[in-house]
Amino acid sequence: MNMTWMAWTWPTAAFFVFIACCLATMTVLELKRPGGAPRRGILGLDTTRGDRLFIWLLGSAFIFLFWLGFFGTPLYAPLAIALCWGFVTFRWV
Amino acid sequence: MNKTVNQKAWLFVLPVFVLVAFNAIIPLMTVVNYSVQETFGDNTFFWSGVLWFEEVLNSERFHDSLFRQLMFTFSILAIEIPLGIAIALTMPRKGPWVPVCLVLMALPLLIPWNVVGAMWNIFALPDIGFLGYVLNALGFDYNFTRQPGDAWFTLILMDVWHWTSLVVLLSYAGLVSIPDAYYQAAKIDGAKGWAIFRHIQLPKMKRVLTIAVLLRFMDSFMIYTEASVLTGGGPGNSTTVLSIDLVKIALGQFDLGPAAAMSLIYFLIILLLSWVFYTLMMRNEES
Repeated sequence: MNMTWMAWTWPTAAFFVFIACCLATMTVLELKRPGGAPRRGILGLDTTRGDRLFIWLLGSAFIFLFWLGFFGTPLYAPLAIALCWGFVTFRWV
Repeated sequence: MNKTVNQKAWLFVLPVFVLVAFNAIIPLMTVVNYSVQETFGDNTFFWSGVLWFEEVLNSERFHDSLFRQLMFTFSILAIEIPLGIAIALTMPRKGPWVPVCLVLMALPLLIPWNVVGAMWNIFALPDIGFLGYVLNALGFDYNFTRQPGDAWFTLILMDVWHWTSLVVLLSYAGLVSIPDAYYQAAKIDGAKGWAIFRHIQLPKMKRVLTIAVLLRFMDSFMIYTEASVLTGGGPGNSTTVLSIDLVKIALGQFDLGPAAAMSLIYFLIILLLSWVFYTLMMRNEES
């Protein structure tokens, strides 16, 4: 099958593999510990681990966009902030 | 009682998954791929990294169309939601007029979007259109093809005409589902119009109103066809909302890279705002 029209690149492929891995991990966790580990976090929201993944990914996207808009490249700093945000989300949100 | 575990249900989800993969996931992946590359056609792409994102985020053109988009969306929400509730409250709940009202309300929703745009375009023309002619005869200097204020007025009026019915129908569904016992209890307590609305009708309509606000927000944030047919983004750029600007960049200028970056930013904004709306409304409902 000719996939050249999709214009794949290695970085974007890696990004989608990462998203697929996140979803696969969520599925495995859900099978092992069903229920989604619901709790009420510091934002006052009732979240399951799927919600926390969503909040982390969406928040990270905006961290990168803000950094690009205000400071431009390189993107090591927003990467570090996004990882910290991920820790905060899964630990406390 | 033991819960039955039946994983076969997943097989029935498979066709939907395949459909969504082809009409949403694969195109979205392609847009992500385009957003980091430059192309001059002929299926040849050159890596450009996050350049297009930087360019779009710092472009005045994007800021302006985003501002216009937000203005449009919040204007129509501020008009359509209260107006929809008000009309639903005046509609009969029983009797022969119920189906008549429902059909009348559903009519604008059945008209294709490009037809709505064409209808309003002709309706509002200052020389031959009824609306334009009447407004000018009344002494207003109205010309939506030349004056930005008039173009905005016509655009908002068209959207209100087209979509308030949706809010009305949803609110009406919420209203008719309230049992009579609530009204009887309110009567015993001596509650009058506003108190009944505030403490019975509005709380009972909350769930359908959440859906109405979300649907209208997402739809109006993605408005393209009607606005494109009515004003084409003009006069000048005064009604160029995000989707019209996006199409101009992608298909008018054939700048696929910047257009892909812009559409991803657009998508993320819709995702964030929808999530915030949904979360706030669900939280209110729980409390």
